[in-house]
Amino acid sequence: MSAVMKLKTLQGHLQELKGFAEPKIKLEQYETPPHIAAVALYTIQTQFDALDGKLVLDAGCGPGTLGLGAAIMGAGAVTAMDIDEDALEIFQENVNDMEITNIDALQCDFLSPDIFRLENYFDTVLMNPPFGTKNNSGIDMKFLQAALRLCSDSVYSLHKSSTRSHIQKKIKEWGVKGSVVAELRYDLPATYKFHKQQSRDIAVDLWRVYHPQS
Amino acid sequence: MKLITHNMLTSKCIKGVLTGYPLAINATDVKVTEVDYNPDFLSRVIPKLDWEVLWTAANSIGHGEGLPKAVEPKFEENEEFLKKAHKVLLEVEVEEGYLTCPESGRQFPISKGIPNMLLTEAEVQ
Repeated sequence: MSAVMKLKTLQGHLQELKGFAEPKIKLEQYETPPHIAAVALYTIQTQFDALDGKLVLDAGCGPGTLGLGAAIMGAGAVTAMDIDEDALEIFQENVNDMEITNIDALQCDFLSPDIFRLENYFDTVLMNPPFGTKNNSGIDMKFLQAALRLCSDSVYSLHKSSTRSHIQKKIKEWGVKGSVVAELRYDLPATYKFHKQQSRDIAVDLWRVYHPQS
Repeated sequence: MKLITHNMLTSKCIKGVLTGYPLAINATDVKVTEVDYNPDFLSRVIPKLDWEVLWTAANSIGHGEGLPKAVEPKFEENEEFLKKAHKVLLEVEVEEGYLTCPESGRQFPISKGIPNMLLTEAEVQ
């Protein structure tokens, strides 16, 4: 499929995808809304040419919005990883419904020691990591570090805008480079019982983080 | 599980395992799905692979026919080779079966096309 696919067409495809059947609090399973995913993927392709023909990893794929979107945008091959069997089952349904064939999934813990033979194997890593707000503070930074180890070019990751200065500090510490390449609004529906309001509007950043030599 | 994925997978995070590579494949169900052919992508990916492991894996699941045992120089210009590599890397998929760690014998089940690489805390280095 063409890399110049229109943003609206991409969003339309992503709206067809099924979401989590029963989101798990422990894993902070929030879906990536189609609008956010479409704008992110469109930006990643049109500004950085980082999807079409690339080897892409979707880390913590959930129902697979980012990975399937990358495949729709012309990725050479996509690997999707998640720790949760139920999420992967929905992922597989989405793959079948969309008739996308250049995508493969693995059930594994992204934060456990490496299961890959090589570091920096993937061209592009995409992720919408847990925000690290519910009893697992710092998990978003662990995802980012693990992702950097696996990619040769750039990691594209969604983070709450409120953590921007913290991320800036961290990437300096790690000796890598990065910047916010899009500012988005995440209309988070009341997924869990502890959410008092019907929905909350959260500002999120699409970060591009990369090794200095790339 | 496609063989491009298998080529990268190790079980080196198991306690006491040094390389954990390559994982042996036991397949009870293998399918072939059509994937768009992208020679430029293949030309970039093939140098990253352990070709011998791919060759052995393909043969172990009955899809190694016509696949050369080594990658020739200037393979990018050989369309017949690229098409064969495309099929073996991206179109052949193990649906059901298991992977086995060459050192510890630990098995990783493959169900509905997805290998389960999760380990218990006691198994990890």
